[in-house]
Amino acid sequence: MLHIKDLHASVEGKDILKGVDIDVNAGEVHAIMGPNGSGKSTLASVIAGKEEFELQKGEINFEGEDITELDPEERAHKGLFLSFQYPIEIPGVTVTNFIKTAINETRKAKGLDDMPASEMLKKIKEKADMLEIDRKFLSRSLNEGFSGGEKKRNEIFQLAMMEPKLAILDETDSGLDIDALKVVANGVNKLKSKDNAVIVITHYQRLLDYIVPDYVHVLMGGKIVKSGGKELAYELEERGYDWIKEELV
Amino acid sequence: MSNLKDKLVSSYIAFEDHLEPDSPIHDLRNEAMKVFEEQGFPSKKEEAWKYTSLKSLEKTDYSIFPKQQEKHTELKDVRKYFLHDIDTYKIVFIDGVYSSFLSETTHDSIDVCLLSSALNKPKYQPVIETYFNKIAKKDSLTSLNTAFAKEGAYIHIPKNKEVEKPIEIINFSTGNEAAVMLQPRNLIVVGENAHVQIIERHQSLSENAVFTNSVTEIFAEKRAYADYYKVQTDNPSASLIDSTYVSQARESNCRVHTFSFGGKLTRNNLHFYQNGERCNSTLNGITIIEDKQHVDHNTLVHHTAPNCESHQDYKGIFADKSTGVFNGKVLVDKIAQKIDAFQQNNNILVDDRATINSKPQLEIFADDVKCSHGCTIGQLDEEALFYMRSRGIAKKEARALLMYAFANSVLESVKIPELKQRINKLIAKKIGVSLGFQL
Repeated sequence: MLHIKDLHASVEGKDILKGVDIDVNAGEVHAIMGPNGSGKSTLASVIAGKEEFELQKGEINFEGEDITELDPEERAHKGLFLSFQYPIEIPGVTVTNFIKTAINETRKAKGLDDMPASEMLKKIKEKADMLEIDRKFLSRSLNEGFSGGEKKRNEIFQLAMMEPKLAILDETDSGLDIDALKVVANGVNKLKSKDNAVIVITHYQRLLDYIVPDYVHVLMGGKIVKSGGKELAYELEERGYDWIKEELV
Repeated sequence: MSNLKDKLVSSYIAFEDHLEPDSPIHDLRNEAMKVFEEQGFPSKKEEAWKYTSLKSLEKTDYSIFPKQQEKHTELKDVRKYFLHDIDTYKIVFIDGVYSSFLSETTHDSIDVCLLSSALNKPKYQPVIETYFNKIAKKDSLTSLNTAFAKEGAYIHIPKNKEVEKPIEIINFSTGNEAAVMLQPRNLIVVGENAHVQIIERHQSLSENAVFTNSVTEIFAEKRAYADYYKVQTDNPSASLIDSTYVSQARESNCRVHTFSFGGKLTRNNLHFYQNGERCNSTLNGITIIEDKQHVDHNTLVHHTAPNCESHQDYKGIFADKSTGVFNGKVLVDKIAQKIDAFQQNNNILVDDRATINSKPQLEIFADDVKCSHGCTIGQLDEEALFYMRSRGIAKKEARALLMYAFANSVLESVKIPELKQRINKLIAKKIGVSLGFQL
């Protein structure tokens, strides 16, 4: 589904990614872990198409197509979804209206008509219930005055509504208490199928107790320096990252 | 001397011949004309006019006394300019002359009628003597209006009266002549504990040039509530100088919203004078302009009594070569302790060629007050754009949605739902946002 090869990216002349390789297939869950400043969020942003990053080298192939030249919205239309570490506040646009716009814009790009209002409403209700989201929450301005947990839950709500092929969760666990974490993880698990895939970017192993990865990658200094199964996450939790640095030397 | 000034000065001599020689208003006009003759049109040398030039208006050959059109203006042609989905009182002028056909006035327990009647009929004399030209600043443009003012809205809401429907004041110009000058004058008196909602607009019905020099005085007595909305969506050939003066007695609440989406040159002088304790003043504005349009907001809130509040929130979106000015002054007298004054001016420049000059001014002589002001000028938030685009919303729509959200926050305080929806749609249309939902 997603094949990244020898990816190099920089921002304002500073090299951040220095040759990343990852292969994600349908039905898989990958976790990317690493210390602060290792390039995790940059990797997520580069995959989603953020323009301030300069791609110097490498390939990003999604669903058999090179997407490096595509706009962020075109990547979204192909089925890519990035859950933001810091979701943006948009006053005056309600959660419901925003998701309607996102869905119908995506449909428009595919040559489809708007989703019928009744179908939209039903879907909103179903996904809100799944994530234990209060109905009143949906008519509030997007992320405006939301708590950290509410923002993250809202991201997963949008994920559930958009049903992407590949979801990248960037530090979704930060700012969540354990109950909210369970609800969010449960939501992600329900959306998982053999046809889609998830990349979980996190500092801590905590979230991986609930969203169990098939593969764990360690990103350090802009490179994937170690990959393994879910047991690698436990090892990192226990031993930190220094031993990997030593191994590398 | 400018061309237009010469023309106005000589026109006044002819105009004066038709006035009653001994009325007090006549004396007022003569004095006002003297001020205008001495000062003329303000130039960019004056601090308050530094960024707004009236030169092009001064060079235009405006007709000072517009000829009346022979053809009737049909309701169907102008209906869209009214808040037609709800019942309202209407005071309508066509080329400066009252249109009884399009209006809906009343004298039933409240007066919603014409300034010409109020100025001429003896029964209104006490009100005119108490209020007319009492808070209007004696500057050159307001004086010019005072000298020539013949017509406008006269609204008097007596004590404890809550007006059940909004009042619309609409000034149409038909384009009967190549260029006309209009000088409407409104007087609004809201009695003790009375409530009123007013909507004002100036609308030209052709592409011909019009220059409106409008003056409005609003008096809010003790505990009165006045809500005033200015809808400025005129054609690119129309220029407007609006001077609105608000005098507030204790515990009154006055709010003026200004929506500037059109016109060639628009200058809004909006001055609030708080004269009693526990007054509340709101000055909100949204400006969305393009091409070479120019909108200048000049606000003043003068706190002369303690324990009052004032809130100013002006937002602007400037595209192409449009230019905006915000000059907001808050003046707190020494006696006016415990004031809470807030002023905010946020702007987005959509193009590199657009300009905004923002100048907040606080002059505080009291020592126990809460005053804050903030001003931002920027481009659209790139992070927010990326966020929306990553959700599948195309760049153009994402930009529009962001601008819409930015402007829309000022609408929260609009109390007439139909007007709110109307402005909402105007904003969406102006920005070119096609949203996946009903506004």
